[in-house]
Amino acid sequence: MTKSRLFWGVVAPTAAILNSLFFVYIILKIRGVDPIEMFKLMVSYGFDPRNLVSEINQTVAYYMAGVAAAIGFKMLLFNIGIDGQYRMGAFFGAVVGAAVNLPPVLHVLLIILVAMLAGGAWAAIAGYLKVKRGVNEVISNIMLNFIAAAIIAFLLSPNLLGSLPEGSQNLQTNTIPKSGRMPTIKAFEGEIYTFLFIAILVGVSYWIMLNKTIFGFNLRATGLSFRAARASGVNAPGMIFITTVLSGAIAGLVGIGTLLSDTHSYSMAFPSGYAFTGLALALLGRNHPVGIFFAAFLWSFLERSAPVLEFEGVPPEIVIVMQGTIVLSIVIAYEVVARINLRQQQRAVGTVNAENVKETK
Amino acid sequence: MSTNIAKTNSNARTKAKSFFKSPARITLLIAGLFLIISLVESITGAVDITAPGTSGATLRFAIPLLMAGLGGLWAERAGVINIGLEGMMIVGTWTAAWFGFLHGPVVGILAAAVFGLASGFFHAFLTVKIGIDQAVSGLSINLIAAGAARYLSGIFFPPVGGDRTVSPPVETLPTFTVPFVADFFKSIDEKDIFFISNVSGLIYGITRDLSVVTVGLLLLVPITSWILWRSKFGLRMRFSGENPMAAESLGINVYRTRYIAISISGMLASLGGAYLALVASSVYREGQTAGRGFIGLATVIFGNWKPSGVFAGSILFGFTDALRVRQADSVMALIMAAGIVALLLSIFYTSSRRWKPASSYLAIGLIALWINQRVETIPQEFITVFPNVATLLVLTFLAQRLTPPAMAGMPYKRGSE
Amino acid sequence: MSNVLQVVGVEKRYPGVVANRDVSIQIEAGTIHAIIGENGAGKSTLMKTLYGLIKPDAGQIKIFDKEVNLKSPQDAIELGVGMVHQHFKLADNATVLENVILGSEPTRFGFVVKYDEAREKLIEIAQNYGLDINPDEKLSNLGVGERQRVEIAKVLFRGAKILILDEPTAVLVPQEVEELFANLRELVKKGLTVLFISHKLDEVLSIADDITIMRQGTTVATRKPDKTNKKELAELMVGGELPKPKAGELKISPDSILKIESASYFRADGRQILDDVNVELHGGEILGLAGVEGNGQSELIELIMGLIKPASGSVEVLGLDAANTLTREIRNAGVAYIPQDRQRDGLLMTAPLWENRILGHQFAEPMAKSIWVNKGAAIQDSKRVVDEFDVRTPGINVLASALSGGNQQKFIVGRELTGDPKLIVAAQPTRGVDVGAQAIIWEHLMQARSRGAGILLISADLEELFSLSDRIAVIYSGKIVSILNPAKTTPEDLGLAMTGAKSA
Repeated sequence: MTKSRLFWGVVAPTAAILNSLFFVYIILKIRGVDPIEMFKLMVSYGFDPRNLVSEINQTVAYYMAGVAAAIGFKMLLFNIGIDGQYRMGAFFGAVVGAAVNLPPVLHVLLIILVAMLAGGAWAAIAGYLKVKRGVNEVISNIMLNFIAAAIIAFLLSPNLLGSLPEGSQNLQTNTIPKSGRMPTIKAFEGEIYTFLFIAILVGVSYWIMLNKTIFGFNLRATGLSFRAARASGVNAPGMIFITTVLSGAIAGLVGIGTLLSDTHSYSMAFPSGYAFTGLALALLGRNHPVGIFFAAFLWSFLERSAPVLEFEGVPPEIVIVMQGTIVLSIVIAYEVVARINLRQQQRAVGTVNAENVKETK
Repeated sequence: MSTNIAKTNSNARTKAKSFFKSPARITLLIAGLFLIISLVESITGAVDITAPGTSGATLRFAIPLLMAGLGGLWAERAGVINIGLEGMMIVGTWTAAWFGFLHGPVVGILAAAVFGLASGFFHAFLTVKIGIDQAVSGLSINLIAAGAARYLSGIFFPPVGGDRTVSPPVETLPTFTVPFVADFFKSIDEKDIFFISNVSGLIYGITRDLSVVTVGLLLLVPITSWILWRSKFGLRMRFSGENPMAAESLGINVYRTRYIAISISGMLASLGGAYLALVASSVYREGQTAGRGFIGLATVIFGNWKPSGVFAGSILFGFTDALRVRQADSVMALIMAAGIVALLLSIFYTSSRRWKPASSYLAIGLIALWINQRVETIPQEFITVFPNVATLLVLTFLAQRLTPPAMAGMPYKRGSE
Repeated sequence: MSNVLQVVGVEKRYPGVVANRDVSIQIEAGTIHAIIGENGAGKSTLMKTLYGLIKPDAGQIKIFDKEVNLKSPQDAIELGVGMVHQHFKLADNATVLENVILGSEPTRFGFVVKYDEAREKLIEIAQNYGLDINPDEKLSNLGVGERQRVEIAKVLFRGAKILILDEPTAVLVPQEVEELFANLRELVKKGLTVLFISHKLDEVLSIADDITIMRQGTTVATRKPDKTNKKELAELMVGGELPKPKAGELKISPDSILKIESASYFRADGRQILDDVNVELHGGEILGLAGVEGNGQSELIELIMGLIKPASGSVEVLGLDAANTLTREIRNAGVAYIPQDRQRDGLLMTAPLWENRILGHQFAEPMAKSIWVNKGAAIQDSKRVVDEFDVRTPGINVLASALSGGNQQKFIVGRELTGDPKLIVAAQPTRGVDVGAQAIIWEHLMQARSRGAGILLISADLEELFSLSDRIAVIYSGKIVSILNPAKTTPEDLGLAMTGAKSA
């Protein structure tokens, strides 16, 4: 049983990726270029050491988004609010980081803590609305994403928390002093963020929390069966709220690697779209910390290697289509696998069905 | 005992409802509202609210939201949430611009309708037939549509005088000014008579340079209403969203109903996109939809899953958009007007001894007037997200009054109990 | 008078279970025919057969003297048979009229619904049969009784001549029951025929023209209400003899471990579910709780487990005030809980067995070690449970859903009886399990009793109740109506109490 689960856990994502590769193959064929040649180009460009560094840095950010989404998924929560939570985390992390002066390590820790608090607090709104008011978290989070962006845009105005540096068009927060920065590792003419290690730490803690602690057991139990968890003594609505906040806290860390090792300030140039990416990665990685890591790397690899297609007359946005296709393929694959499993089980336990019939008086 | 109390309550509610329902009363209410706005305008000197330009711009901003909203309404009434509205709008902007450029704007609109239908059908196939999560499907459609539009722009537009992100310009569609009516109201507007000129200005704004497309799309509001509440398909569609098990037990093909409704949902959203590309402007531009699909989703909630409500919501959101672009001062005047309305409502509820709404409206009114007095300008950003904030507030505080389709968003498999 | 519906020798088998055998009924036109029987007596199977939802394996059904072969509810409707389900199939956010006409709308050009014509037809039906409904009322404004009338109107609108009502009174309060009966009398006066399923003797005697009794999947007798009485009906329902209690020495301890005093509970919609319930249970004692399902048993259990709070009265579990104690603390104090719906409330179906061993015990040693899950202990103890309770499974890493129902139940019972609980709340502990598993579960419950545990046994299985219980409390519409001594109780005493007939 577990063996077959592992099998499907690897086979389904692989099949999904192959399926979308095939799809892109056809599109490229229609464009009149040699698809295999394009794939080769992308691979050689993507594995070029210089690009590899920026891919790893991007992977770190995506990984956070993926873990944040995965925590939600374990509770059957669809955290599309990662975008807003990440913005809140990065923004307030930057603002507080620039406002205080602390000894080096402490300073960094404070920024990380603030980012998690801000992301968690923003997610708490959606959590509260879901548990207390029964508002679907997808709708509330979509609204909250827009609102978060507006609040930050407002707070970034020059007379409030932002400033416009000379020669730039992007408003930004004050710069975080040296003590609040994280070092980078020099590699291949590039610099790898040491926030990578925090990401690994988060991944490991996520796995331990989920699989080894009572809290994680309760979280999973509530996700698997609200009623069974409640009957077993878990405060199930409370768990839903806490999980939402936790997911938001991790989402608050998405932009912190860039903030602490590169920009040192938050600006309007911080990208958006992390929510969908995070959800896609969690789906692709089956909510497993290692799986999510590979998925995150695949995503940033695709994005960083795509520009090379430009030289061959292929618009690089083809990878966005590819990403979307991967997500659809993977969920369809899971759905199909689930149906096959169900059918097999039904055949295997036909007698149980008869018993159930007897039960329905 | 308790049933009695419940009955009295519901009686009071029906009374309040019928008060708002009678058409004469509604006209009266709107007129009253307008009187207040005119009054505020003359006090504050913010003349833009009822200027002809504003009402025209409101309509232009509202139509895409309305189409997305109607699209969301069709899908949700049939029981499936359509998060992919944004992507379907992108489909509309791109196909309308490209086919419009090739074969003229009429073909552009037809192409947008066809491709929109196809994108809706795709969402239906994924959610109804295969049964994947409705949000995942919608979000993927958004991503694929955005990516595909950019990919295709890069290939098709540069060789024909466009740009990687902008299509070549498309011939504009004919517009017309309603004869006599527009002139008549224009003349009154210019006379500057209190209230009457304000009303005239508004009417003048929406009767001049009117696009044929605008009229056609506006007609979809009553048509949708008619289908929902008069036709057989509409009845079956509503039950597919309310209680698909009941519908199926009476021999109704819920799957087919949903397929049709969601396909139409895609078509409507796509037409909203076509409007953006062909009427509100004359090109496709990357990022043109700017989250309007999501605001369309908001208008569905705001409009309580009714076509007229979606219409009202999109006009309101379009109006704030128009004001944001034109004159921020007017927003302050509007807040003042809202405050006065809230106070009046408070008095109305006090007179009918319903203390709870009375006190909340009193609070809202006082807050609005306080903001009006204390705050200098409302930042642009907040006006932009007004629809989102409003929807969130409605969901939070008026959730009991909302009547969403009971099974919208829930997975449903044929033959389940 | 002629028979409009005849059932002869109908049989329905499932692998290992005979749901209906040799069922025969004659139903006369223009009468109300009641079918009574215990839970599991086969009433519902018969009704589903008559409505085309189930295909019988043998026997014949004649409707209006014509032998029929029903393939779907649509077939039944066409032949004039309509069913009013116990669980209404209605949409709140639509009007009465819309709910009634859905699926058979009168139309113009095939797509415009002729609402006015439909409204007139509905009003005519309503007046004709004395149904008090307003076609344009929103369904969300209606109470249960009115909703039931809408369901009846729905069936009449489709031209049904024979109405099947599946336990129609189960969801109604007494006043609504009176209204329903008035409606039914009106229907038969106009020539329709009503088939009425129930297990409430008083009601049946007051409304029916004929009463057919079912027991263990078959029809055992048909009586006229004026030629029978409650005593006879109760005996026919329950059977000739009750099982004898198992001999076992009684060591009841003086201190009470469960004490419920005048507890009442209301559902969110204001309906009273529990009414002044008093229960006391001592260590070393098994208290059976008999009663037809849906009379407040589930809520009583939830009160004890601290999942809901009583509106008034008190619930004391092992000295704790259950209303103000967390469920986890109640469990930690030594309360074991075998839930009635094992797949929903007792198991994580898509988790492996060893994780299911933890469920409900995750807040105390040995399953928890400070904040950590003690996987080693869980695996070890899962193996013990599998051995001791003869759970048939290839291993403890399989998902709970892979086990058969009986083995799932044995696993749950094994899990809950671990660690010498002081109070065991066992709801339908052997429902749907085979005879072998039943014996094992009973044996372990008796052992727990002799170790001094107090057991509250909620069961619909009379054999189980009488074999195990030291006392039997009978619950009827939220009240404990009597407490019986199983050794001295006759079938009719029990039948009368369970059907709300008080004492004859």
